[in-house]
Amino acid sequence: MTKTTVFSAKKIVTMNPNRPEASHVAVREGRILGVGDLSELEVWGEYTLDERFAGKVLMPGFVEGHAHTMEGTLWRYVYCGFFDRMDPNGKSWDGLKSIEAVLERLSEAESKMDDPDAPLSGWSLDPIYLDNKRVTRQDLDKVSSTRPIGVLHASGHILNVNTKALELAGLMKTGINHPGMPLGADGIPTGELYGPDTMTPVGVHVGFNRSLTDSDEQGLRDFGKLCVRTGVTTITDLAARLEDDGVEAMLRVTGEPLYPARVVPLKFFMGATAQETVDRVLELKEKATDMCRLGRIKAVADGSIQGFSARMRWPGYHNGAPNGLWYTAPEQLAELYRAALKADIQVHTHTNGDEATEMVLDTLGPALKDVPHPDHRFTLQHCQLADGAQFRRMKALDMCVNLFANHHFYWGDEHYRLTVGPERALRMNACRTALDTGVPMAIHSDAPVTPLGPLFTAWAAVNRITASGRTQGEGEKIAVSEALRAITLGAAYTLHMDDEVGSIEVGKKADFAVLEDDPREMSGDALKDAVVWGTVQGGRVFAAADL
Amino acid sequence: MIPVTVVGGYLGAGKTTLVNHLLRNANGLRLAVLVNEFGELAIDEDLIEAQDEDVISIAGGCVCCSFGSDLTAALGDMAAMDPPLDHVLIESSGVAIPSSIVNSLVFMPAFRSDGIVILADAETVQKSARDKYMGDTVTRQITDADIILLNKVDLVSKVTLDATRAWLQVQNRAVRIVECTQSTVPPETVLDSFIGRVRTGGAHLEAAHLDMLTLMPTGAVDADDLAAALADEGAGLVRAKGFVTRGDGRKALIQVVGRRFEVTDASDDKADGVVCLGFRDVMSKAALEVLV
Ligand SMILES: [Zn+2]
Repeated sequence: MTKTTVFSAKKIVTMNPNRPEASHVAVREGRILGVGDLSELEVWGEYTLDERFAGKVLMPGFVEGHAHTMEGTLWRYVYCGFFDRMDPNGKSWDGLKSIEAVLERLSEAESKMDDPDAPLSGWSLDPIYLDNKRVTRQDLDKVSSTRPIGVLHASGHILNVNTKALELAGLMKTGINHPGMPLGADGIPTGELYGPDTMTPVGVHVGFNRSLTDSDEQGLRDFGKLCVRTGVTTITDLAARLEDDGVEAMLRVTGEPLYPARVVPLKFFMGATAQETVDRVLELKEKATDMCRLGRIKAVADGSIQGFSARMRWPGYHNGAPNGLWYTAPEQLAELYRAALKADIQVHTHTNGDEATEMVLDTLGPALKDVPHPDHRFTLQHCQLADGAQFRRMKALDMCVNLFANHHFYWGDEHYRLTVGPERALRMNACRTALDTGVPMAIHSDAPVTPLGPLFTAWAAVNRITASGRTQGEGEKIAVSEALRAITLGAAYTLHMDDEVGSIEVGKKADFAVLEDDPREMSGDALKDAVVWGTVQGGRVFAAADL
Repeated sequence: MIPVTVVGGYLGAGKTTLVNHLLRNANGLRLAVLVNEFGELAIDEDLIEAQDEDVISIAGGCVCCSFGSDLTAALGDMAAMDPPLDHVLIESSGVAIPSSIVNSLVFMPAFRSDGIVILADAETVQKSARDKYMGDTVTRQITDADIILLNKVDLVSKVTLDATRAWLQVQNRAVRIVECTQSTVPPETVLDSFIGRVRTGGAHLEAAHLDMLTLMPTGAVDADDLAAALADEGAGLVRAKGFVTRGDGRKALIQVVGRRFEVTDASDDKADGVVCLGFRDVMSKAALEVLV
């Protein structure tokens, strides 16, 4: 007879309105057998009572609807960010408040390296917070002039390298004329590289090669650790190439007996036709396991707002920058939507600018007329600048949205001042409007762009505080309960998984976030400080302290 | 250095047809075509010798490769091909900005730009340029062009054709516009590697209202001045390529594509002579001969 474990807890917050709170949850075969008090659960027969959570609060395991497993890989590089950030092993790295501090940390890492020719790589640099001072190759030469060094910016769109790296790439010369490669007074590149055109040829010499977006096995395991530390039990890898090798590795790692998170990888629509992509995903879907949910597509319509590559409607960028770039033509998206709707494959589409959002709405509408598909749940990812009218159209088309709540904290001041200006900055990531309009909504971190941490993301959506401490967009704040729903059932819904995860109720996966506090009882501004003890995933217990 | 031509234009302008036309008439030239992705009908079936996931081998030593999201890596592979390639053609996607592809060649020392050739559909290009979403991208492709192949001219009236030409010329004053149907143009219009090569087949110059002549300098010339004069719109040239002897006796290679020109040093054994491809009605042998 299969074993039943009953966990007791100080409190179980179920997110199920029929039983909002309970003291015990019974788990069998990795699933929830029942929720209630102990007497109610005894009808299921013999059980083992596990009281280790007697002082803890259980919530449904968090669902991160937009992240990239690459976060795990990046932690093998030197963290150079402005904000404190926790690594997979639980070490909290202090944020670096000056360029000198960045150089110092790089030097420290350099001194520990054995191979004198190996590249030194850093990540998450953000000069916006360092008085906008540019980092030059000469700065990085102070760390080492003999080994190539590269530091990737937090946005992922800029790379700083030293002289050695430029030498290896054959670029220590005058006469280079490229908008992505500024030159110093000496006519030689400064070492700051903007955009993939310039980053790719130099990046290979400093450890940032083209396959970085594909998680390797170690990266995937480290990513799993971050999930445990942040209470996440189901997480997306939102845009992977998903070639055979990568898929095999992902299936192998997620299939390990102690892998702690259910990974939902989406196939990137790039470099193949719509039909080829759909056919490939149908093939992948056959390989899906409980822990690796292959079978969805991610498309990208435009670029990023802070990189001025997002597509904006009139009046365009606040600082007068020219409109951004299309990454996929409307005709190609139309073809993808039709093919995917026919094949019953879900598509998530990245839009940042409001013109990109408009284009997707204009494209999906006719596709749905041709290929009606009730409950398609096609989801707009980021969708940062959508206005009320666009949310009403999303509702009319039965779309879901996953808003980038963290962005508001990290770049809100920049958006206010520079990219979109005060009025549109107030409506960015309009959670209130989404909920009031009835558009199913999730919120996300886009890790590694911002740190993984659904409770922080919830805090960001509740408070809308920017890095400088201003409240931006009072009218788009949401309640704590709404934010908690967005990081559980809300995100699960956008993945067609709300029947399996996102709440603690009978029949669902035994996935819990184990917390020291009840986030509902904390004031909204303290939400981000709720302490995560670890998780229970598929009935298996993962303590962050034991990783 | 291997010359690289970027061929762009919005979806449906005839890029795939052009690529097949060039491959069919490669005539011994080792040409590599880089495409974003293999569509359903990327390469005519009768041209294909073998195909794997990313590479199609084509009769006569040509190849077609899909580069997905990494053009830099694909170009790296092309530079390493043995025997070496004569020319690379990058078919840029409908949303790509061709000049940014050309810009990135700076980082690939094995290659030099052979210009931007944009296909424009005579029937729809003006409408595409007004499109709510793609209008500015289409316009940007037109302004980036050195040469525009105005395609499907048989599908529009003379009035529409003239109006479209005039409109294109307003967008990009110096661009050279070559009319065609079904993307059928003399191959040297697109790839300067064809200039001066004996070839059979392909479209006829007359049909494209083009002509070709060779300038034979009688003595030393100022190579930069000559190149600039050949690139001037008034000369009526689409392309020019050849060798001259400078005043100090050194040889120079002149390459002109539309309004752009380049002069580089050449080895002493090169015989003088500059081949000019130009518009039949504009290019004047007498006027050009004055320059040398
Ligand atoms: Zn993302």
